[in-house]
Amino acid sequence: MNFHAIAAIYKFEMARTWRTLFQSVVSPVISTSLYFVVFGSAIGSRIDEVQGVSYGAFIVPGLIMLSLMTQSISNASFAIYFPKFIGTVYELLSAPISYVEIVISYVGAAATKSAALGLIILGTSFFFVDISIAHPFMMLLFLALTAITFSLFGFIIGIWADNFEKLQIVPLLIVTPLTFLGGTFYSIDMLPAIWQKITLLNPVVYLVSGFRWSFYDVADVNVGISLLMIGVFLAACLVIVAWIFKTGYRLKS
Amino acid sequence: MPAGPPFSDKDDAVQPIISIRGLNKRYDSGFHALKNVNLDIADGDIFALLGPNGAGKTTLISVICGIVNPSDGEVRVDGHEIIADYRGARELIGLVPQELTTDAFETVWATVSFSRGLFGKPKNPAHIEKVLKDLSLWDKRNDMLMTLSGGMKRRVMIAKALSHEPRILFLDEPTAGVDVELRRSMWEVVRSLRAHGVTIILTTHYLEEAEQMADRIGVINAGEIILVEEKNELMQKLGEKRLTLHLQDSIDTVPDTLARHELDLVDNGHALLYTYNANDKRTGVNSLFRDLDSAGIRLRDVDTKQSSLEEIFVDLVKTPTPEPAADAQATAKDNA
Repeated sequence: MNFHAIAAIYKFEMARTWRTLFQSVVSPVISTSLYFVVFGSAIGSRIDEVQGVSYGAFIVPGLIMLSLMTQSISNASFAIYFPKFIGTVYELLSAPISYVEIVISYVGAAATKSAALGLIILGTSFFFVDISIAHPFMMLLFLALTAITFSLFGFIIGIWADNFEKLQIVPLLIVTPLTFLGGTFYSIDMLPAIWQKITLLNPVVYLVSGFRWSFYDVADVNVGISLLMIGVFLAACLVIVAWIFKTGYRLKS
Repeated sequence: MPAGPPFSDKDDAVQPIISIRGLNKRYDSGFHALKNVNLDIADGDIFALLGPNGAGKTTLISVICGIVNPSDGEVRVDGHEIIADYRGARELIGLVPQELTTDAFETVWATVSFSRGLFGKPKNPAHIEKVLKDLSLWDKRNDMLMTLSGGMKRRVMIAKALSHEPRILFLDEPTAGVDVELRRSMWEVVRSLRAHGVTIILTTHYLEEAEQMADRIGVINAGEIILVEEKNELMQKLGEKRLTLHLQDSIDTVPDTLARHELDLVDNGHALLYTYNANDKRTGVNSLFRDLDSAGIRLRDVDTKQSSLEEIFVDLVKTPTPEPAADAQATAKDNA
């Protein structure tokens, strides 16, 4: 194992966070806080409890999940896309580093950043709403698994993308809508019967539900199924990454 | 000009640090970029790879360094097969690519240190300092790359390639777009590296560069290695001079009394061309003039021209060479 290479890439990526602190940390924290203010404090105070939880507190896990997923994808996709774009990827491809080590370092850095951001947003939420964490360990597990899985997903997008527009398409046109429709702002019990069934096709439902369960011990779907779905998505991402490196897809000709 | 054998006697005496056998690269588009390339590069050599644009120079380097997948064939770097034992092969190699590709917002020190880590080496500030000082980058160590000139960025690329103390350095068009002064200082750096035992493979369009620095010269054209030769042997060819004798009156044929000089009648009978080797002790020029006088041929003017490496190169790449790959393979088997 080339630990020096893993450390070099990891530190390089983490250093980029400090250079882009406003874009990487401050901006998502502020925008999520606005959700807390508008939907939690202002409008939320006029909405009834959902599943026995005040509306302001109810939306916190979903909003953390939204930031976690979009930032994981953004961090990892940009990290691998940018060297491709400016040409410095030659150094990565010619270095004595395995594909596993490349994934560990890039995905590790992206997941670290987004998980840290998730925790910052969680800390910020205490200023706006009263929340409790029923299963802290499971909360951290969901946080870590989601950060890793979506960082892997972002890594795949970064390799697939051959322009900046493609880099933004998946987070903006797929992940964000799926998150909004995945029970971030409501319980799926509140939907008409037919939509309750259709919404179960949305993988984000399982992530939000599981994460919310770790806070309030209430869930739209069984927590075991939520963990299983994350596992399935993680496995799918790993298979795709393995295929990318085996074939050199969009990395090597 | 006939294609020389791709392997010289030197290969038998010195264990090659890079050994390429039957290498092919076909792109998905169907373009056959490398055609059955066989090549040995000796440890400690400066090897210049020449070829026109699109000849396959960068593809060949990219395959050896792991950036491009070979279609078939075998490449070994100091005995390490580049795919099965890619770590062993790659940690010996430093690559300076043709394009100036740098992280704009990194400092010189950070990017060079990053490269060392990427190649699996622990931190060694003393080595990084030495590399930066050798390349006159020490004063710029805290500058962001975006603030550097093109020439300085080129030096940074070299510093990155040297950060992990490679035994082999690939320089792909290292002095493209670099001013004369910087080019010559880079040549000094290259010579210094060779003095420390680093094998250097450089591609260049500047034939002067190859003449100045290389121990051996290889020529690649349309994906085929068509010549590998010691530079000094090539310089022998450079010794060829052409003496053009412009005649007062045109002639139809070369007189028999001048036959021993093997003159060519050119310019519609208005000039005679005499080819000789300026390095020879007896060039035959004096006897030629005596014989011309005896034959009653009066001269209007004379001029001489030395064949350059460029002319040899142009001649090589435009002359189709029959079955060079087969020749190369046969020679490879002979050497095996």
